[in-house]
Amino acid sequence: MDNSIVTTEPLMPRETAVHEEHEHVFIPQHRHHFETEEQQREAGSFGMWLFLLTEIMFFGGLFFAYLLYRNWYYDAFVPASNFLSVTLGGTNTAILITSGFFMALAVWAAEVRKKQFLVIALILTTLFGLAFISIKYVEWHDEWVHRHVPGASFDISEFVSPKAHGITDQKPISPDMAEHCQIFFFLYFAMTGMHALHMIIGIGLLVWLILRAQRGDFSAGYVAPIENFGLYWHFVDIVWLFLFPLLYLINRHPLK
Amino acid sequence: MTAHEQHYHDPANVTNPEHSEHHIVSPVQYSMVFGALLLGTLLTVLAADVDLGAMNPVIALGIASTKAVIVILFFMHVKYQSHLIKMTVACGFFTFLVLITLTLSDYVSRAWGLW
Repeated sequence: MDNSIVTTEPLMPRETAVHEEHEHVFIPQHRHHFETEEQQREAGSFGMWLFLLTEIMFFGGLFFAYLLYRNWYYDAFVPASNFLSVTLGGTNTAILITSGFFMALAVWAAEVRKKQFLVIALILTTLFGLAFISIKYVEWHDEWVHRHVPGASFDISEFVSPKAHGITDQKPISPDMAEHCQIFFFLYFAMTGMHALHMIIGIGLLVWLILRAQRGDFSAGYVAPIENFGLYWHFVDIVWLFLFPLLYLINRHPLK
Repeated sequence: MTAHEQHYHDPANVTNPEHSEHHIVSPVQYSMVFGALLLGTLLTVLAADVDLGAMNPVIALGIASTKAVIVILFFMHVKYQSHLIKMTVACGFFTFLVLITLTLSDYVSRAWGLW
Protein backbone atom coordinates (compact mmCIF):
# COMPACT_ATOMS: atom_id res chain seq x y z
CA MET A 1 0.00 0.00 0.00
CA ASP A 2 1.48 3.31 -1.01
CA ASN A 3 -0.35 5.41 1.56
CA SER A 4 0.84 3.47 4.59
CA ILE A 5 2.17 5.20 7.66
CA VAL A 6 4.17 3.60 10.42
CA THR A 7 3.45 5.22 13.76
CA THR A 8 6.33 5.46 16.16
CA GLU A 9 5.18 7.45 19.20
CA PRO A 10 3.12 5.45 21.69
CA LEU A 11 0.90 7.98 23.47
CA MET A 12 -0.99 5.56 25.68
CA PRO A 13 0.26 3.34 28.52
CA ARG A 14 1.44 -0.01 27.28
CA GLU A 15 -0.68 -1.81 29.87
CA THR A 16 -3.85 -0.84 28.05
CA ALA A 17 -2.69 -0.96 24.46
CA VAL A 18 0.27 -2.42 22.70
CA HIS A 19 1.60 -0.22 20.03
CA GLU A 20 1.45 -1.39 16.47
CA GLU A 21 4.45 -3.56 15.86
CA HIS A 22 4.14 -4.14 12.14
CA GLU A 23 3.30 -1.77 9.36
CA HIS A 24 -0.16 -0.34 9.82
CA VAL A 25 -2.07 0.77 6.80
CA PHE A 26 -4.07 3.96 6.96
CA ILE A 27 -6.73 4.43 4.37
CA PRO A 28 -9.59 6.90 4.73
CA GLN A 29 -12.33 4.26 4.87
CA HIS A 30 -10.59 2.20 7.56
CA ARG A 31 -12.68 2.66 10.72
CA HIS A 32 -10.72 2.98 13.92
CA HIS A 33 -12.54 0.14 15.69
CA PHE A 34 -11.15 -2.44 13.27
CA GLU A 35 -7.64 -3.71 13.83
CA THR A 36 -6.88 -4.41 10.21
CA GLU A 37 -8.40 -3.67 6.84
CA GLU A 38 -9.00 -7.41 6.31
CA GLN A 39 -10.90 -7.57 9.59
CA GLN A 40 -13.10 -4.67 8.53
CA ARG A 41 -13.73 -6.24 5.14
CA GLU A 42 -14.61 -9.62 6.65
CA ALA A 43 -16.92 -8.03 9.23
CA GLY A 44 -18.69 -6.20 6.40
CA SER A 45 -19.11 -9.36 4.32
CA PHE A 46 -20.27 -11.25 7.41
CA GLY A 47 -22.94 -8.63 8.12
CA MET A 48 -24.10 -8.60 4.51
CA TRP A 49 -24.40 -12.40 4.51
CA LEU A 50 -26.41 -12.32 7.74
CA PHE A 51 -28.84 -9.95 6.02
CA LEU A 52 -29.01 -12.25 3.00
CA LEU A 53 -29.78 -15.20 5.29
CA THR A 54 -32.85 -13.34 6.57
CA GLU A 55 -33.76 -12.86 2.91
CA ILE A 56 -33.42 -16.61 2.31
CA MET A 57 -35.91 -17.16 5.16
CA PHE A 58 -38.22 -14.47 3.75
CA PHE A 59 -38.35 -15.93 0.23
CA GLY A 60 -38.18 -19.42 1.78
CA GLY A 61 -41.65 -18.93 3.28
CA LEU A 62 -43.04 -18.15 -0.17
CA PHE A 63 -41.25 -21.13 -1.71
CA PHE A 64 -42.65 -23.38 1.00
CA ALA A 65 -46.21 -22.15 0.41
CA TYR A 66 -45.62 -22.85 -3.29
CA LEU A 67 -44.37 -26.37 -2.54
CA LEU A 68 -47.47 -27.25 -0.50
CA TYR A 69 -50.09 -25.79 -2.82
CA ARG A 70 -48.39 -27.22 -5.89
CA ASN A 71 -48.76 -30.68 -4.35
CA TRP A 72 -52.35 -30.11 -3.26
CA TYR A 73 -53.64 -28.49 -6.47
CA TYR A 74 -51.20 -29.81 -9.06
CA ASP A 75 -53.99 -30.13 -11.69
CA ALA A 76 -54.73 -26.41 -11.34
CA PHE A 77 -51.07 -25.37 -11.24
CA VAL A 78 -50.24 -27.02 -14.59
CA PRO A 79 -52.63 -25.08 -16.89
CA ALA A 80 -52.15 -21.89 -14.87
CA SER A 81 -48.37 -22.21 -15.22
CA ASN A 82 -48.66 -22.98 -18.94
CA PHE A 83 -50.44 -19.70 -19.47
CA LEU A 84 -47.13 -17.95 -18.72
CA SER A 85 -44.80 -17.31 -21.65
CA VAL A 86 -41.64 -19.43 -21.45
CA THR A 87 -40.11 -17.23 -24.17
CA LEU A 88 -40.52 -14.08 -22.09
CA GLY A 89 -39.53 -15.85 -18.86
CA GLY A 90 -36.48 -17.47 -20.47
CA THR A 91 -35.41 -14.19 -22.07
CA ASN A 92 -35.75 -12.50 -18.70
CA THR A 93 -33.60 -15.19 -17.09
CA ALA A 94 -30.85 -14.54 -19.66
CA ILE A 95 -31.21 -10.77 -19.14
CA LEU A 96 -30.89 -11.13 -15.38
CA ILE A 97 -27.82 -13.39 -15.69
CA THR A 98 -26.26 -10.77 -18.00
CA SER A 99 -27.02 -8.05 -15.46
CA GLY A 100 -25.34 -10.19 -12.78
CA PHE A 101 -22.32 -10.72 -15.05
CA PHE A 102 -21.85 -6.95 -15.42
CA MET A 103 -22.23 -6.57 -11.65
CA ALA A 104 -19.44 -9.13 -11.18
CA LEU A 105 -17.30 -7.18 -13.66
CA ALA A 106 -18.07 -3.99 -11.70
CA VAL A 107 -16.65 -5.58 -8.53
CA TRP A 108 -13.53 -6.53 -10.50
CA ALA A 109 -13.22 -3.00 -11.91
CA ALA A 110 -13.44 -1.50 -8.41
CA GLU A 111 -10.83 -3.94 -7.12
CA VAL A 112 -8.34 -3.11 -9.87
CA ARG A 113 -9.32 0.59 -9.59
CA LYS A 114 -10.58 1.16 -13.13
CA LYS A 115 -13.02 4.01 -12.59
CA GLN A 116 -14.44 4.34 -16.12
CA PHE A 117 -14.87 0.58 -16.49
CA LEU A 118 -16.62 0.48 -13.10
CA VAL A 119 -19.09 3.21 -14.07
CA ILE A 120 -19.86 1.55 -17.42
CA ALA A 121 -20.31 -1.89 -15.81
CA LEU A 122 -22.69 -0.43 -13.20
CA ILE A 123 -24.69 1.38 -15.90
CA LEU A 124 -25.00 -1.87 -17.90
CA THR A 125 -26.08 -3.71 -14.72
CA THR A 126 -28.80 -1.08 -14.27
CA LEU A 127 -29.93 -1.16 -17.91
CA PHE A 128 -30.30 -4.96 -17.93
CA GLY A 129 -32.15 -4.71 -14.61
CA LEU A 130 -34.55 -2.20 -16.14
CA ALA A 131 -35.01 -4.46 -19.19
CA PHE A 132 -35.99 -7.28 -16.82
CA ILE A 133 -38.58 -5.10 -15.06
CA SER A 134 -39.96 -3.94 -18.43
CA ILE A 135 -40.50 -7.50 -19.68
CA LYS A 136 -42.01 -8.39 -16.31
CA TYR A 137 -44.43 -5.49 -16.78
CA VAL A 138 -45.46 -6.83 -20.21
CA GLU A 139 -46.14 -10.25 -18.64
CA TRP A 140 -48.13 -8.82 -15.73
CA HIS A 141 -50.14 -6.69 -18.15
CA ASP A 142 -50.94 -9.80 -20.19
CA GLU A 143 -52.21 -11.58 -17.08
CA TRP A 144 -54.28 -8.52 -16.16
CA VAL A 145 -55.86 -8.42 -19.63
CA HIS A 146 -56.71 -12.13 -19.46
CA ARG A 147 -58.26 -11.61 -16.00
CA HIS A 148 -55.78 -13.93 -14.32
CA VAL A 149 -55.26 -11.68 -11.33
CA PRO A 150 -56.74 -13.50 -8.31
CA GLY A 151 -59.83 -11.89 -6.83
CA ALA A 152 -63.45 -11.16 -7.71
CA SER A 153 -62.74 -10.61 -11.42
CA PHE A 154 -60.70 -13.81 -11.84
CA ASP A 155 -61.86 -15.65 -14.98
CA ILE A 156 -61.74 -19.47 -14.89
CA SER A 157 -63.19 -20.02 -18.40
CA GLU A 158 -59.77 -20.48 -20.08
CA PHE A 159 -59.01 -23.32 -17.70
CA VAL A 160 -62.48 -24.93 -17.76
CA SER A 161 -62.88 -24.88 -21.55
CA PRO A 162 -59.49 -24.20 -23.12
CA LYS A 163 -60.67 -25.27 -26.61
CA ALA A 164 -63.26 -22.45 -26.67
CA HIS A 165 -60.36 -20.04 -26.17
CA GLY A 166 -58.26 -21.59 -28.92
CA ILE A 167 -55.96 -23.41 -26.49
CA THR A 168 -55.54 -26.94 -27.83
CA ASP A 169 -52.67 -28.32 -25.77
CA GLN A 170 -54.21 -27.98 -22.29
CA LYS A 171 -56.46 -30.43 -20.44
CA PRO A 172 -59.81 -28.90 -19.37
CA ILE A 173 -60.29 -28.95 -15.59
CA SER A 174 -63.39 -28.77 -13.40
CA PRO A 175 -64.67 -25.30 -12.34
CA ASP A 176 -63.89 -26.22 -8.74
CA MET A 177 -60.27 -27.06 -9.55
CA ALA A 178 -60.02 -24.04 -11.88
CA GLU A 179 -60.78 -21.75 -8.94
CA HIS A 180 -57.56 -23.06 -7.42
CA CYS A 181 -55.66 -21.57 -10.35
CA GLN A 182 -56.07 -18.38 -8.31
CA ILE A 183 -53.69 -19.82 -5.73
CA PHE A 184 -51.07 -20.30 -8.43
CA PHE A 185 -51.52 -16.74 -9.65
CA PHE A 186 -51.55 -15.41 -6.10
CA LEU A 187 -48.18 -17.10 -5.46
CA TYR A 188 -46.96 -16.03 -8.91
CA PHE A 189 -47.72 -12.35 -8.24
CA ALA A 190 -46.46 -12.52 -4.66
CA MET A 191 -43.16 -14.18 -5.62
CA THR A 192 -42.39 -12.29 -8.85
CA GLY A 193 -43.71 -9.12 -7.19
CA MET A 194 -41.41 -9.42 -4.16
CA HIS A 195 -38.57 -10.30 -6.52
CA ALA A 196 -39.32 -7.25 -8.68
CA LEU A 197 -39.52 -5.05 -5.57
CA HIS A 198 -36.03 -6.23 -4.63
CA MET A 199 -34.85 -5.36 -8.13
CA ILE A 200 -36.42 -1.89 -8.01
CA ILE A 201 -34.72 -1.22 -4.67
CA GLY A 202 -31.50 -2.54 -6.23
CA ILE A 203 -31.82 -0.25 -9.24
CA GLY A 204 -32.31 2.70 -6.89
CA LEU A 205 -29.12 1.74 -5.04
CA LEU A 206 -27.32 1.28 -8.38
CA VAL A 207 -28.09 4.86 -9.41
CA TRP A 208 -26.59 6.05 -6.12
CA LEU A 209 -23.53 3.80 -6.60
CA ILE A 210 -23.04 5.04 -10.19
CA LEU A 211 -23.02 8.67 -8.98
CA ARG A 212 -20.50 7.83 -6.25
CA ALA A 213 -18.38 5.72 -8.62
CA GLN A 214 -18.31 8.62 -11.09
CA ARG A 215 -17.03 10.79 -8.22
CA GLY A 216 -14.18 8.30 -7.75
CA ASP A 217 -15.30 6.94 -4.37
CA PHE A 218 -14.68 3.30 -5.28
CA SER A 219 -11.55 3.46 -7.41
CA ALA A 220 -9.01 4.15 -4.67
CA GLY A 221 -9.11 0.90 -2.72
CA TYR A 222 -12.56 1.27 -1.10
CA VAL A 223 -14.54 -1.60 -2.61
CA ALA A 224 -16.92 -2.63 0.20
CA PRO A 225 -20.13 -0.87 -1.00
CA ILE A 226 -19.71 -2.26 -4.51
CA GLU A 227 -18.85 -5.72 -3.20
CA ASN A 228 -21.75 -5.86 -0.74
CA PHE A 229 -24.24 -4.50 -3.24
CA GLY A 230 -22.95 -7.18 -5.63
CA LEU A 231 -23.85 -9.82 -3.03
CA TYR A 232 -27.39 -8.41 -2.84
CA TRP A 233 -27.77 -8.27 -6.63
CA HIS A 234 -26.52 -11.84 -7.09
CA PHE A 235 -28.85 -13.03 -4.33
CA VAL A 236 -31.83 -11.52 -6.20
CA ASP A 237 -30.54 -13.35 -9.32
CA ILE A 238 -30.49 -16.65 -7.43
CA VAL A 239 -34.11 -16.20 -6.33
CA TRP A 240 -35.10 -15.81 -9.98
CA LEU A 241 -33.04 -18.87 -11.01
CA PHE A 242 -35.47 -20.88 -8.85
CA LEU A 243 -38.61 -18.89 -9.69
CA PHE A 244 -38.22 -19.44 -13.43
CA PRO A 245 -38.41 -23.28 -13.52
CA LEU A 246 -40.87 -23.45 -10.59
CA LEU A 247 -43.39 -20.99 -12.05
CA TYR A 248 -42.95 -21.38 -15.83
CA LEU A 249 -41.92 -25.01 -16.32
CA ILE A 250 -44.18 -27.08 -14.03
CA ASN A 251 -45.42 -29.42 -16.77
CA ARG A 252 -44.96 -28.35 -20.36
CA HIS A 253 -46.61 -31.41 -21.94
CA PRO A 254 -50.00 -32.24 -20.35
CA LEU A 255 -51.47 -33.51 -23.65
CA LYS A 256 -48.34 -34.51 -25.57
CA MET B 1 -2.35 13.43 13.00
CA THR B 2 -4.10 13.97 16.32
CA ALA B 3 -3.64 11.65 19.24
CA HIS B 4 -6.96 9.83 18.91
CA GLU B 5 -6.17 8.99 15.31
CA GLN B 6 -3.05 7.12 16.36
CA HIS B 7 -3.66 3.42 15.90
CA TYR B 8 -2.88 1.06 18.70
CA HIS B 9 -2.66 -2.60 18.14
CA ASP B 10 -3.97 -5.18 20.54
CA PRO B 11 -2.65 -8.54 19.32
CA ALA B 12 -5.47 -10.34 21.17
CA ASN B 13 -7.99 -8.46 19.11
CA VAL B 14 -6.83 -9.56 15.68
CA THR B 15 -9.44 -11.96 14.39
CA ASN B 16 -7.92 -12.75 11.07
CA PRO B 17 -6.18 -16.00 11.94
CA GLU B 18 -6.18 -17.17 8.36
CA HIS B 19 -4.63 -13.93 7.11
CA SER B 20 -7.03 -14.28 4.21
CA GLU B 21 -5.80 -12.21 1.32
CA HIS B 22 -8.30 -10.29 -0.75
CA HIS B 23 -8.68 -12.56 -3.78
CA ILE B 24 -9.69 -10.91 -7.04
CA VAL B 25 -11.70 -13.08 -9.42
CA SER B 26 -10.64 -12.36 -13.01
CA PRO B 27 -12.99 -11.29 -15.83
CA VAL B 28 -12.07 -14.51 -17.67
CA GLN B 29 -13.43 -16.55 -14.75
CA TYR B 30 -16.54 -14.38 -14.63
CA SER B 31 -17.08 -14.95 -18.37
CA MET B 32 -16.87 -18.72 -17.89
CA VAL B 33 -19.44 -18.50 -15.08
CA PHE B 34 -21.64 -16.32 -17.31
CA GLY B 35 -21.45 -18.92 -20.11
CA ALA B 36 -22.23 -21.77 -17.71
CA LEU B 37 -25.29 -19.93 -16.37
CA LEU B 38 -26.67 -19.24 -19.86
CA LEU B 39 -26.07 -22.89 -20.79
CA GLY B 40 -27.90 -23.96 -17.63
CA THR B 41 -30.88 -21.78 -18.57
CA LEU B 42 -31.02 -23.33 -22.05
CA LEU B 43 -30.79 -26.81 -20.53
CA THR B 44 -33.67 -26.10 -18.11
CA VAL B 45 -35.97 -25.02 -20.95
CA LEU B 46 -34.99 -27.98 -23.14
CA ALA B 47 -35.32 -30.50 -20.29
CA ALA B 48 -38.79 -29.17 -19.44
CA ASP B 49 -40.01 -30.03 -22.96
CA VAL B 50 -39.16 -33.71 -22.52
CA ASP B 51 -41.77 -35.69 -20.59
CA LEU B 52 -39.82 -37.38 -17.80
CA GLY B 53 -42.70 -37.61 -15.33
CA ALA B 54 -41.61 -37.19 -11.74
CA MET B 55 -38.03 -36.55 -12.84
CA ASN B 56 -38.92 -33.21 -14.51
CA PRO B 57 -39.06 -31.14 -11.29
CA VAL B 58 -36.04 -33.02 -9.90
CA ILE B 59 -33.96 -32.12 -12.97
CA ALA B 60 -35.26 -28.53 -13.00
CA LEU B 61 -34.35 -28.04 -9.33
CA GLY B 62 -31.02 -29.80 -9.86
CA ILE B 63 -30.05 -27.40 -12.65
CA ALA B 64 -31.31 -24.37 -10.67
CA SER B 65 -29.33 -25.47 -7.58
CA THR B 66 -26.17 -26.01 -9.65
CA LYS B 67 -26.54 -22.51 -11.12
CA ALA B 68 -27.12 -21.08 -7.64
CA VAL B 69 -23.99 -22.79 -6.27
CA ILE B 70 -21.91 -21.44 -9.18
CA VAL B 71 -23.23 -17.92 -8.52
CA ILE B 72 -22.53 -18.22 -4.77
CA LEU B 73 -19.01 -19.62 -5.24
CA PHE B 74 -17.75 -17.27 -7.96
CA PHE B 75 -20.00 -14.21 -8.44
CA MET B 76 -20.39 -13.93 -4.66
CA HIS B 77 -16.74 -14.94 -4.02
CA VAL B 78 -17.60 -17.47 -1.31
CA LYS B 79 -14.96 -19.89 -2.69
CA TYR B 80 -12.29 -17.33 -1.77
CA GLN B 81 -13.68 -16.18 1.58
CA SER B 82 -12.60 -17.07 5.11
CA HIS B 83 -14.02 -20.04 6.97
CA LEU B 84 -16.28 -17.69 8.95
CA ILE B 85 -18.09 -16.55 5.80
CA LYS B 86 -18.27 -20.08 4.37
CA MET B 87 -19.75 -21.36 7.64
CA THR B 88 -22.24 -18.48 7.74
CA VAL B 89 -23.51 -19.23 4.24
CA ALA B 90 -23.67 -22.99 4.88
CA CYS B 91 -25.50 -22.47 8.20
CA GLY B 92 -28.11 -20.30 6.50
CA PHE B 93 -28.97 -22.88 3.86
CA PHE B 94 -28.81 -25.70 6.39
CA THR B 95 -31.24 -23.90 8.73
CA PHE B 96 -33.57 -23.28 5.79
CA LEU B 97 -33.50 -27.00 4.90
CA VAL B 98 -34.23 -27.93 8.53
CA LEU B 99 -37.26 -25.61 8.56
CA ILE B 100 -38.55 -27.04 5.27
CA THR B 101 -38.03 -30.64 6.39
CA LEU B 102 -39.67 -30.22 9.79
CA THR B 103 -42.65 -28.31 8.40
CA LEU B 104 -43.09 -30.83 5.58
CA SER B 105 -42.94 -33.73 8.01
CA ASP B 106 -45.94 -32.16 9.77
CA TYR B 107 -47.95 -31.76 6.57
CA VAL B 108 -47.04 -35.23 5.33
CA SER B 109 -47.86 -37.04 8.57
CA ARG B 110 -50.87 -35.09 9.85
CA ALA B 111 -53.48 -37.36 8.25
CA TRP B 112 -51.29 -40.44 8.55
CA GLY B 113 -53.44 -43.58 8.44
CA LEU B 114 -56.68 -41.61 8.00
CA TRP B 115 -56.94 -41.99 4.23
